[in-house]
This record gives sequence, structure tokens and C-alpha cells, in this order.
Amino acid sequence: MHGAGISRGITIASRQLSRAVLAYRMRWKRRRLLYRSWRKRRQLSLVIDRTDRIHPNAILSFTTLRNEIARLPYFLEHYRALGVEHFIVVDNDSDDGSAEFLAHQPDVSVWHTSHSYRLSRFGVDWLTSLQMTYAHDHWTLTVDVDELLIYPDWDTRKLPDLTAWLDARHQPMLGTMMLDMYPKGAVGSAKYTPGTDPTRVLNWFDAYGYWVQRQPRMDSLWLQGGVRLRCFFQSEPERAPTLNKVPLVKWNKRYAYVSSAHSMLPPRLNHIYDENGQEKVTGVLLHTKFLDQIVAKSSVEKQRQEHFSNSSLYDAYYDALADNPILWDESSVAYQNWEQLVDLGLMSKGEWA
Amino acid sequence: MSVGIVMLVHNAFDRAEEVVRHWHGAGCPVVIHVDRSVKKATYSNFVTALKDLKNVRFCKRHRCEWGTWGITAATQSASEMLLADFKDVRHAYLASGSCLPLRPVQELIDYLVKRPRTDFIESATIADVPWTVGGLDHERFTLRFPFSWKRQRMLFDRYVNLQRRFGYRRKIPDGIVPHMGSQWWCLTRQTLSAILSDPDRAIYDRYFRKVWIPDESYFQTLVRLYSQNIESRSLTLSKFDFQGKPHIFYDDHLQLLRRSDCFVARKVWPRADRLYQAFLTDAETAMRRTEPNPGKIDRIFAKAVDRRTRGRPGLIMQSRFPHDGHENGVTAAPYSVFEGFSDLFVDFEEWLTKSTGCRVHGHLFGSEGVEFEGRQSSYAGAISSNIAMRDHNATQFLINLMWNTRGERQCFQFGPRDSQYISWDIAKDPNAQISVISGAWAVPLFLSNRNFSDLRADAALQQKIESEHLNALRSSYAKARIRIWSMADFIENPMEPLQTIVDEISIKGLRRLSEAPKMIDLTGFGQFLQNLKNQGMHPYLMGDFQVEGAPTNAKPNPRKPYLVK
Repeated sequence: MHGAGISRGITIASRQLSRAVLAYRMRWKRRRLLYRSWRKRRQLSLVIDRTDRIHPNAILSFTTLRNEIARLPYFLEHYRALGVEHFIVVDNDSDDGSAEFLAHQPDVSVWHTSHSYRLSRFGVDWLTSLQMTYAHDHWTLTVDVDELLIYPDWDTRKLPDLTAWLDARHQPMLGTMMLDMYPKGAVGSAKYTPGTDPTRVLNWFDAYGYWVQRQPRMDSLWLQGGVRLRCFFQSEPERAPTLNKVPLVKWNKRYAYVSSAHSMLPPRLNHIYDENGQEKVTGVLLHTKFLDQIVAKSSVEKQRQEHFSNSSLYDAYYDALADNPILWDESSVAYQNWEQLVDLGLMSKGEWA
Repeated sequence: MSVGIVMLVHNAFDRAEEVVRHWHGAGCPVVIHVDRSVKKATYSNFVTALKDLKNVRFCKRHRCEWGTWGITAATQSASEMLLADFKDVRHAYLASGSCLPLRPVQELIDYLVKRPRTDFIESATIADVPWTVGGLDHERFTLRFPFSWKRQRMLFDRYVNLQRRFGYRRKIPDGIVPHMGSQWWCLTRQTLSAILSDPDRAIYDRYFRKVWIPDESYFQTLVRLYSQNIESRSLTLSKFDFQGKPHIFYDDHLQLLRRSDCFVARKVWPRADRLYQAFLTDAETAMRRTEPNPGKIDRIFAKAVDRRTRGRPGLIMQSRFPHDGHENGVTAAPYSVFEGFSDLFVDFEEWLTKSTGCRVHGHLFGSEGVEFEGRQSSYAGAISSNIAMRDHNATQFLINLMWNTRGERQCFQFGPRDSQYISWDIAKDPNAQISVISGAWAVPLFLSNRNFSDLRADAALQQKIESEHLNALRSSYAKARIRIWSMADFIENPMEPLQTIVDEISIKGLRRLSEAPKMIDLTGFGQFLQNLKNQGMHPYLMGDFQVEGAPTNAKPNPRKPYLVK
């Protein structure tokens, strides 16, 4: 029986070794990403810097955008109401007045770049370089303009309430799922008035049909499904867009996002889920991508090839969107409130009673 | 002024000030202890802000860190000052800066006036309480804890382990029996002064100085020496979560707190404007004078703790992705799997729908397609009948289907022609009711019009697959409700097993089956099996079938030769 004991010991030791090797590789990967982002800082030119107004405990928001003038007013309103104190924005060469609009806001700092969004890892490099400088020790949101964060009790509890609670539990991040919202009719026909709540126009979503896998390398989840899988990727489900995100993080200047805000390093920050059958508190990013303007934008984006690493593979997706599709279906559910999303199992209160 | 307040404050000074004014306004003197780690400027601002109040005192400051002696020392100093400076005080109420009085203070005073000799302090022997977090219960009293749990965690843990290894045990001072309970109490002058002026206090203090979390045991233990009348509960409503951290009350808890009828709640979030506004005004005359009833709040918070410790069975999402074996129920609701029934009976699905009222699907895991009820192209909220989507993750397809259709029992057909990914999943799932007619897969082969050599190969393959599946069902890991009949046994008396299954799942209540499903005509099936055997394949899962009118290879008896002699 001695032999069995030794071989078991060797198995455990080799497993620990491979875990250590993986951790070491991830550490170097993170360093590489940080170095890469640090070099990309030269692509940014300052438009207006109000970062001297940031308080020590302020919650910050980091965003890259291009031509988002329609969504911006409500985006700012939503996050200001939640308690975000300062917005740091990289404007990727907008020509619709977004930059001018932002420059007039008292709580926004703006950088400009005309370099490639795709080559900057979809804006992540730019944001990481700014986060190194400004986000250290702040609770930090990294969201796109078409993503509105909600979480259990968000109508009565602000973000600082949530972050204080997370702090007390030594949990440095909040996990979310992106929930694609869409209108009942054709996508282009639901007219949106800038400044209003976009979920009033986009008030339907897929309640079911989501798939989750675990990605052991980074300890992250891979959540897919919903309306985009149902409408565009049925024949190749593995190509459907990733829906899990870690948008809210107690930042450290040595942290780095890996692919958009879907996963990050060090890997423990991806551990938004519980593995023992319990539930952790998580939120939902209401994704307002399918506003009326997407129909026109899609043909432009297809030309620019800036949104996917293998852009040509997604031509059919852009073509389908440019065709003004109807995403609504018998199984769609009308959006009411966060309680509904908790009941459906799309987010959870966890222990935050 | 029969009630005096001892208040421990370490942050949110503006809120603490509001509460102090509230107590003071109702005629209660307040002695405040401010944590020594609070900056001097903040402290003096706080003192200045409360300067106008006559009956407010500040006591000697101690450094308060969770789990250490400082909090108890602070309570002692403040209590001593309260008893010395305010001679009329009959009850001392221990509160914190984040405690919020829920009912008019006068009601608390009246309540205590009627119970002049009662000490309200939760105090239970350590053997009887389930509260302890971190595995330290009686060891709190028998080991030494010189290190901070928060700042020096490693030293803390190592030192505990070291003491355990060498079997070190502290001696508990004579005459006391360790008790524990909520930190927040309300004691009579008699009891409190007896504790504070005990001749042996130096001994007790020295002992408790190295006990872990003495604020939950010092007064709780010593009160047992002096009190004439202990009411072992706290008048302060406070809830703890799974990790032993206090639950925080936010604005949305307003109605809940209103209905709790408790006198004081902690811990209230400093930014909960609505709560402070609602409870610190004098307009609460509408509140009923009833016995405190924290039961409702208990249930709400029990639910949260339950969610934390168990989660919702059958849910897989970004909050919850259980390890294999840690699911607390793989699926959300009971369901039934039928194997072989649709092969043996004509229109079995329709019959089952009619007899049970359940949702009956075809072969959900069929290799040619996902056969939803009525052969819809999607089901139960966007679960697509696309095979690629299903096989992308078959286990989750099943889990999702059961989660999405909670409340409606699902039934589906399964067999060796289907994709077998879920074979083990259903076997291990206590929610599954699996009924198998083994070997019934041979019936479609028997009815088909194919070359016999193909049939033979197909039969061999299906038998192998089904036998593997039956191994899963018969293994010691199987937790489903499983019934297996061989086909031969089943057709002997089909109604009895059918009645049992239907009784278990029918939503229409128990009743006799009026109509039997129509069985396929099996004339010649025995011969078919025999032919397979003759081809060298050994069909055994269906049991023994008689060969009707055995084929005769023997030549018919030759006539006797007619001999002409």
C-alpha cells in the first residue's frame, strides 16, 4: 500500500505544480497586457481633464465610445443617479457631437484617439492605461454606453451602499450578465428619443435559453445565449457573443481586463460565482444595443471591421442586422423590474438581504 | 430619566448625533464612547456638535477592534460613568451609533418601568448555541487570543493551532460558567453595578482580556452571578448572516422594521435617509404598543441566509455554478423519463398526455432532432429545437428546460437511439422518475423493412448502448426513482406498472386508467429475435419470448416408400 500512497502524493504534487505554473503564466500574461496598455497611452490625447475633482472614495466610470450622442444623456443620468462621481471617457473619433457634449459635462474627463479600436483590444488598452493612473483604490465601473447596470434593490440602494457591503465581505468585484433588450416590432421601427430611458422602447428580453460553461484557465465563466444566439448564431452556438462581464471592480493599478470586460487578471477577480450550490450577489447590464439606429450603423460597422477579432466571420450577422430584423418572438418576456430578473434567475440577491 | 443610554460610536458621526439627540430629547441621559482610532479632529467636532445637550457625557476612549477586549473595556468605562453621573438611571441600555430606535423612546421607558427588576440580555451556555462562525466555540474560553483576527490573521490561526497541538487549556476562573449572547443588552442598575464593582473583577477582566470576542461573553457570563431575573433576549433587533456579519438595514426595509415592533434595530446603513427620517420624528404615535415581534424579520433574513447556504436548486447562472456533486439538486423540479414505451405502444405520447395532464415530449435527445411536445421549433422560452444548440451542452439543456418550466411536470422519451450525454445525469438526479422497458428498441427494428444484416448490426449497437445506460441506472450513484422491466415481463401485465407510474405523476388525482395504450402487434416478434440469434447476435435485454410455431427445417416426414413387391 506504500506505493499507492506515494503515487497519490505524486499526483497531488504534480497537480499543485501545474496550478503554480498556470498561475505564473497568468501573472506574466497580466504583465504583458499592462505593458502593452502602458505603451498605448501615447495614442490618447487629452481633451479635457477634470480628474482633480475626484474624491478619495469616489466611484469612477471608464468608457470608450464612438458616435453615441443619442445614448449619452441617459447613460450619464443613470449612472449619476446610482452614485458614480466621475466619468473618464475615451472618444474614438466621434463626428456626431459626442465629444463636444461630453466636454460640457462637469463630471467628465475626455481623451481623444483616432487609432484602431480593434488593435487596442476593443478599447481595453486605452482604458487600462487610464485606469493605471486614475482608478487605483477606487471602485471602478467599466461599461459601454449601451450598458445600464442594475442590481438587486438598485432603486433604493445606491452603488456606494453596494460597494461598502462588498468591501465588508472582502469581495472586490460584482459579476453581471448582459441582458439584450429589444423592441416588439422591427428593430428600426421603435423610435427612441434621446434622454429618455431606452428600456421603455426596448422592453423585451429572452428570459431563458442561456448556457454557462467554466473556463478553468482564468477561472471565469462563459455565459452565452439569449436573443443573439436565438436569432443569429443557432447553427454555430459556440460563436455567439459572450454575456458575462465583471464591470464593477475595486481597482488596483496592477489589474488588467483580458477580453473586453468579460474576464480579467488576476483570475480570482473572475470568480463571480459560487461553486457550492449557493448564490452570490450579481447584477445585470441592460444592453440597449438594439436601438433604431443600429440598422444604419450595422452596414458602417461591417465596413470598418473594428468589432470582432475575425470580423469577416461576422458579416452575416451585420447583414442580418442591416436588414431591420424582428427579434421579438412568442417566448419573449416584457421587462418589469429587478425583482422579475431575480425570480427568473438572471441575477441574484445572494446574501445582500 | 429611568433609562440611560451607553453608546459606542466609531463612524457615521452625523447619524450618531441625530440618534443622540433623539434619545436625549426623550429624557434619556447618554454616555458616549468614541473609538480611540478615530482622528482627534473628528472627535472634537463631534463633541462640539453635542455641546448644547445637558445630559450627554463622553467617557475615556479605548481602541476598539472587533473580537478584542477594547469594546468591553469601552462598555465598562461608559457604564461606570453613566451609573456615577446619573443617579436616577434604573436601566442602562447598550447601543451603538448605528442603532436606530424604532418605537417612541417613551414606550421603551414605560416598558422598562413595568419590569424594574428584569435584565434583558441574551445569555446562553456555549453548548447550546449554533451561532459560532469559524469553528471556535468553547475554545473561545479555553485558548488565548493575543492576536487580531482582522489584521494578523496568519498569526491568529497559527497560534490557535499551536495551542491545540500542545493541548493547552486556560483555566476558567472559579465560580463562572461561560455564557454567550448578543452584545447589545439592557441591564438594571443593581446588576450592572454589581458586575462593575465585584471584588474579583480584576480576575475576571484579566481572564476575559484574552478570550475571543469578549463583548459577546463578558456581561453575558457575569450577569448569571448577580441577576435576579434574566430575560434571555436582546431588546435590540440584530441579524447575522452566514459569515457572522451583521445584516444591514436599508431604506427598502422600512415597512419590515415598522412591523417588527422592536424597540431598537441595528445595524442601520448611515445613508438610509428614509429610515432615519421615518423613525427619528415624533409623529409615530400610530405605532401600536405591543410586545416586540421580530418574527417577520427573522423569516425574511432566514430566506437570505437560505439562499446563501443552499441557493435555488436547478439554477445555473453567473451567481451560481456548482461543482459536480454540490448542486443541492441538479434540476429544479421532478420529471419523468420513459424508455421503450413509445416503441411498444402506438401514440404513447398522446395517451400519456391524456392520462396525466403533464407535458409530454418525444425524444428530446433524439439524434435526428429535438422532439418537443407538438414538435414545436422552440419551447419554454427560447429553448431551441436546434440539435447543435442542444448538444452544445446537453446537461444544461436538461437543467434549463426544468428550470424554465418550474411548476409543470415534464415527461420525455429516451432510448438507445438518442444521444447519450445525459445518461448519467438523469441516473444521479433525485428529481428524475425513470421507467424502462428494456429491449423495446427491438420493436421498431422488427417492424422496419431493412436488410437483415443492417438490422443485426443496429440491434447489436443499440443493445450495447442500452446495457451501458442500465449500468448507470443500477450503479450505486443512481439517485433517481428507477423502474426497469424486461419487455417480456412488461407485456405480461402492462396495466399494473402503467397505473403505478401514472398515479405518481398525474396532476388529475388518483383514478383508474380507463383506457390502455394500444400495443403494437407483436406477432412474429419471437421469430424475429430468433432470427437475430441465428445470425449470431444475442438479444437478451428483452427477456424470453416464445417462438410461435417453431420454424421447421426438418423435411416433412417422407412418405413411406411404396414398395411394389
